Amino acid sequence: MEHAHAKTQAHPIGVYLWTWGLLFVLSAFSYLVDYFHLQGQLRWSLILLFMMLKAGLIVAVFMHMAWERLALIYAILLPPVLVLVFVALMALESDYTLITRELFFKAGL
Amino acid sequence: MAQAAMTETAEPISRPDGLRGIVADFSSDQRAFKNVPWGKAMMWIFLLSDTFIFSCFLLSYMTVRWSTEVPWPNPSEVFSLTIGGQNIPLILIAIMTFILISSSGTMAMAVKFGYARDRKKTAILMLVTAAFGASFVGMQAFEWTKLIHEGVRPWGNPWGAPQFGSSFFLITGFHGTHVSIGVIFLLAIARKVWRGDYDSQRKGFFTSRKGNYEIVEITGLYWHFVDLVWVFIFALFYLW
Repeated sequence: MEHAHAKTQAHPIGVYLWTWGLLFVLSAFSYLVDYFHLQGQLRWSLILLFMMLKAGLIVAVFMHMAWERLALIYAILLPPVLVLVFVALMALESDYTLITRELFFKAGL
Repeated sequence: MAQAAMTETAEPISRPDGLRGIVADFSSDQRAFKNVPWGKAMMWIFLLSDTFIFSCFLLSYMTVRWSTEVPWPNPSEVFSLTIGGQNIPLILIAIMTFILISSSGTMAMAVKFGYARDRKKTAILMLVTAAFGASFVGMQAFEWTKLIHEGVRPWGNPWGAPQFGSSFFLITGFHGTHVSIGVIFLLAIARKVWRGDYDSQRKGFFTSRKGNYEIVEITGLYWHFVDLVWVFIFALFYLW
């Protein structure tokens, strides 16, 4: 029984070394974004892009998610996506808080 | 009755794939996650709950940062180090990132050698992973010391919005705790691998159950998760 499992989650070592290398390169890129003081939309789109690529590589290859059955993939990866709704809610909330603070603290109403 | 012991992993029966497979797996009795040992499924579910905890921390950080009218301290300058007379932005954090990624690399190989039943390589790679993790925690302690000396507190700092300190200590502190627990977890399992517990079918002193090399993969899942969380902290807290 263990051997059947060993067959499913034993992958050539090159897969891990390649992923390791890619993660190094992506981390270097995201560090360079800061090093060269990129600003504005370019900065945060690059940061988010490298972040998602790194997270994807870690989950898919290092954590073996790419080789799991869909039932587990959906059960684990779908719920965190819903956190984005929470992000949207809190973004609206913080905008509102900022507006009220500016009204009261700066305008001195 | 022969199939009653379901703790021992894989199922040889072929199962449907794709969406049909999801329906078939979830509607089957007893176990939804086919071909996944229970320990691994439970670790994944724990990590999912941990994801929510870190999500809440990062969300609260986002909320306080966006809602304050006081300028946020520039992390690029706050976390810069002067090396050889030159001021290099964010350098310690970059080194910590590379260390944690390297530890994930050695951990992934430890899992591979565990399934290949190569005790020695598995244990050594796990020890290397633990050493990387310990050095990460050491650098974090250095970073905390430096910032505390510069006057950063959970309720204020010399550069701007006071929420910076509370977010920083909460998020990196919780992550550092996870790394420290991971190091202990790695050392404990590495010792068992080295001793050959999973070949000699020695029973665990606490659980009184026989283990197997799947525990290396389960430990690995936890460790990679710690690395995964750092990816988000690095991007959202240090680079943003």
